Amino acid sequence: MKAMETFVAPTPARINYLNATYGLKSWLLTRDHKRIALLYLGSISFFFFIGGLYAMFIRLELLTPQGDLLQSTTYNKVFTQHGIIMVFFFLIPSIPATLGNFLVPMMIGAKDLAFPRINLLSWYIYILGGIVTIYALLAGGIDTGWTFYTPFSTTFSNSYVVAAGLGIFINGFSSILTGLNFIVTIHTMRAPGMTWFRMPLFIWAHYATSLVMILGTPVIAITILLLAFERLAHIGIFDPAAGGDPVLFQHLFWFYSHPAVYIMVLPGMGVISELIANFSRKNIFGYSFVAFSSLAIAVFGFLVWGHHLFVASQSVYAGMIFSFLSFAVAIPSAIKVFNWTATLYKASISYDTPMLYALGFIGLFTIGGMTGLFLAALAVDVHLSDTYFIVAHFHYIMVGGTLLAYLGGLHYWWPKITGRMYPEGWGRFSALVIFVGFNLTFLPQFVLGYMGMPRRYHVYPAEFQVLHVLSSAGASILGIGLLIPLFYLIWSMRYGKIAAANPWNLPGLEWQTASPPPTENFELTPIVTWEAYEFAPAEETEIVGKFHGEKVGQA
Amino acid sequence: MAESYTVEHGHAEQGHPALQHHFENMEQQREAATLGMWVFLVTEIMFFGGMFLAYTLYRSEYPAAFASASNHLDLKLGAINTVVLILSSFTMAMAVYSTQVGKRRNQIISLVLTLLLGVTFLGIKAVEYHEKYVDNLIPGRLIPGRPFDASGVHLLPGALKQNVEMFYWIYFAMTGMHAVHMIIGIGLISVILFFTARGRYGPEYYNPVEVSGLYWHFVDIVWIFLFPLLYLLGRHLEH
Amino acid sequence: MQTSWIPFVPPSASTLSGKVDALYFYLSGVTVFFTLLISGVLIFFVIKYRRRSPYEIPRPVAGSHKLETIWSVIPFLISMSMFAWGAQLYFQQSRPPKNAVEIYVVGKQWMWKIQHTTGQREINELHVPVGRRIKLIMTTEDVIHDFFIPAFRIKADVVPGRYTTQWFEATKPGKYHLFCAEYCGMNHSGMIGSVVVMEPTEFDNWLSGNTNQQSPAVAGQQLYQTLGCVSCHGASGEGGRGPALAGVFGREVFLTNGQTVKADEAYIRESVVNPQAKLVNGFGPIMPTFQGQISEEQLVQILAFIKSLQGPAQTAAPAAYTPSPTGSAASAAASAASPQAGSR
Repeated sequence: MKAMETFVAPTPARINYLNATYGLKSWLLTRDHKRIALLYLGSISFFFFIGGLYAMFIRLELLTPQGDLLQSTTYNKVFTQHGIIMVFFFLIPSIPATLGNFLVPMMIGAKDLAFPRINLLSWYIYILGGIVTIYALLAGGIDTGWTFYTPFSTTFSNSYVVAAGLGIFINGFSSILTGLNFIVTIHTMRAPGMTWFRMPLFIWAHYATSLVMILGTPVIAITILLLAFERLAHIGIFDPAAGGDPVLFQHLFWFYSHPAVYIMVLPGMGVISELIANFSRKNIFGYSFVAFSSLAIAVFGFLVWGHHLFVASQSVYAGMIFSFLSFAVAIPSAIKVFNWTATLYKASISYDTPMLYALGFIGLFTIGGMTGLFLAALAVDVHLSDTYFIVAHFHYIMVGGTLLAYLGGLHYWWPKITGRMYPEGWGRFSALVIFVGFNLTFLPQFVLGYMGMPRRYHVYPAEFQVLHVLSSAGASILGIGLLIPLFYLIWSMRYGKIAAANPWNLPGLEWQTASPPPTENFELTPIVTWEAYEFAPAEETEIVGKFHGEKVGQA
Repeated sequence: MAESYTVEHGHAEQGHPALQHHFENMEQQREAATLGMWVFLVTEIMFFGGMFLAYTLYRSEYPAAFASASNHLDLKLGAINTVVLILSSFTMAMAVYSTQVGKRRNQIISLVLTLLLGVTFLGIKAVEYHEKYVDNLIPGRLIPGRPFDASGVHLLPGALKQNVEMFYWIYFAMTGMHAVHMIIGIGLISVILFFTARGRYGPEYYNPVEVSGLYWHFVDIVWIFLFPLLYLLGRHLEH
Repeated sequence: MQTSWIPFVPPSASTLSGKVDALYFYLSGVTVFFTLLISGVLIFFVIKYRRRSPYEIPRPVAGSHKLETIWSVIPFLISMSMFAWGAQLYFQQSRPPKNAVEIYVVGKQWMWKIQHTTGQREINELHVPVGRRIKLIMTTEDVIHDFFIPAFRIKADVVPGRYTTQWFEATKPGKYHLFCAEYCGMNHSGMIGSVVVMEPTEFDNWLSGNTNQQSPAVAGQQLYQTLGCVSCHGASGEGGRGPALAGVFGREVFLTNGQTVKADEAYIRESVVNPQAKLVNGFGPIMPTFQGQISEEQLVQILAFIKSLQGPAQTAAPAAYTPSPTGSAASAAASAASPQAGSR
């Protein structure tokens, strides 16, 4: 294995990016993408915790059919804020801003991102957006649902709509700048020999995500501005009495918010490609198909927003088109799942914590994705729209998918980021607890949904209680499972086993430098002459299933 | 290990004072900065796009009202502004060219002219806005004491007075957003002018001027779309 | 398709609910199949190919275009089958049959107001007979709500400023949930009620027990007088300074700007709240707007009245005129007078 033969692992306890400079200013004014990634890691964890607290209140209230824990307006604010915090302040930035920021330059052999100061600016913008949103929460909260549908949000809600909208508006620029940085970095700063098709699939996934970020986020920005103008100055754009159209808001909102879910899941898929390949010590089966499927998802993702409007008075014919396209967008994801599974064929699989998360992802993402098909099917979506089926569907992808990928990636690259290993036993244990807790929370919700339990309900008919109790029980297990890594990861930063430069013994470029890396990432700029995930020489490649006469390549 | 898998960090180019430490050489830095500006401009297209969509939708809903309101805009001032901006793009292009060939005096003159033309544009825009203020055409109740009143607007056949206000919302939102971008552009060019005066840019290093030029041209192009859509709508119906 | 014995499925009480369930079971079957298949293969591989020695490196396996094609095409075909089935059923769901009985629904924070054309008004309850096609014409007074009947597998948003419709034919007597399914503020979860499906004779009894209420058409006629519509449009809609309204519903109308529009519910409503938007050819813009002076319920009553005005004999199909549940050409005013007219 050429890559691994070349580099000598430097010894630890020397200058690295963590100890190169000291002091608060050196962190708050850093231009180092790795430090910025850690700044994000801290702030994103903070918001995740807040979003999780809101989730806890939701599940506690829903233990009983009556509204006995919270008043209805309070409950409405709790689920709204759970959504806003989780979507905008956790899921969208999570993998790109922490793992992406840390690893994109390293995986392509660069010293930093193209625009380090803009990277730091994106973090400050994120913090500013977060502060404005927290102000909105503390001042009284917001009760429109994270979807802000008009005319409730523009005319009828008495909550802090404009403040929360402003927080999200500001936060959007953080997203745009991150995407811009990644695109330029990947295009212009690859090390010599790092061709597009030698790049890890993590990079492809982040490239596709960045395309969605830069094209989609400006639209939510203008939508929020229009919402604010409507609410403050009553311009009438969404008010039928003034000649406007309330459903126009839904089109504008979902034009971004559907691609946004791909911003949330594509980086996760990139992480999974890394975990599957590296913990089975094999190239990803169908590398270029997986790479192109990321791009396909990014493009198709912009064409399906109308599936959120099937029952919203959208025309039947528009519904048909969006339904067709929504089925089409599922195919690239299916291709990924099959390729990941095929990678495991004749592999050498280890059961480390990151691999457990990756395997969990594949199973749960399959369920989440296939339940999406139910919703793409027009006639069934009519029944399922706005029920708990939808809630279960997107939590399978967001939590069962993105969150699991995030945790898996965090564990995988933890030695690279901190120079310490996490305790493997605790890692596997909490992965299991999270998996069990998660399924117990959300599987009953599919049933609840088909039975007709609507979402965003504070009180409900008694016949739904059993399933709600199951779901809340699962949520408590999930909550505990998520708290455990918080403790042992922080513990490991001080007391964890010191990690070697390449503790998993892998060929990726990020592993060919010290753990933690020096500030400039590589002491010498690498020249890349090997393919991605090249554990064994290419000449030894086994061939399975080809068309007659087909030439076999690194397909 | 006969083959070498690494290169030393490029020392040859370390000399150029403007090279940032994370780039290998000036060429890479130039490429990155230019691509970065293009990607940013794409996001701006998406941003303005939302307003263009709203405009398109409501224009097709209320064509006569929009044409009536459009006719009421000051065509002369709008046209002058268009010429002013196009000229400023020309002077900006001249600034980039002068930098590339190292003609310092022309660099400064071109940049100053660009700035002056930009400020002229904003001045004329201010005059137009003031006219609207005087005519009670600022939409909604944004101006205390001067609520929107479309009485002064001649209505073409089929136009409804109540839809005229929607045109003015869109007019102010779009030209206002454009003006904000102009102001940012003027700030950007002022900074470039400042450093040009200190001799920072020349044939070996002109990328910041180029990239600022890109931004300025983009702001110009947005106006080139805005002008016909807002000002020239119903002129053929006027007489 | 009878699904009452299957747990985790709501009662199946309409002509289309069983069909929706059938598609749902197909989708579930495919999902379970692929989930088990992929998890099964995953678990099998993970056990069979577990790492046996710390330094082993497996042979790389080249990708295969054949496999990629197979597992792209097959899922695509399966998806298309789901799409086609769903779209075809959706088409049936979204086209109300011609002779359906119309019932008006007005949502508001936080209740459903239901208005039968025979006069009965209900709050949060909808009584319907078995075996009759019902078309709901719906709107809202304030924010967007959604009228959701799980037992019939139908729902549709109600949007301010326009009418939305959905239809069903109930097949089983019983009392079924009615939910609001679009978040609408404080008491969204309280905006619930029941759909009561009755055998025909029972329903007749219910109707006759509730006759002391005006039909919306009659109420509309009164509004037509009190709001002054008579002065321009004539007492029986014969026209005058304003266009004739008799028989206009469902017909094509020529406008001053040269366009032609169909005089459907949305057109009638718009003409009352924003008369200048679509001026009828040959008339000036003199009709005042009633925006803010007339509620959504009153608009529904005016609508019902105008629908009841019959025009000259040679005009369009009677179904466009009379909302009478008997399907006959009897006018709504006549059916309001005789209680039995509300039955089959």
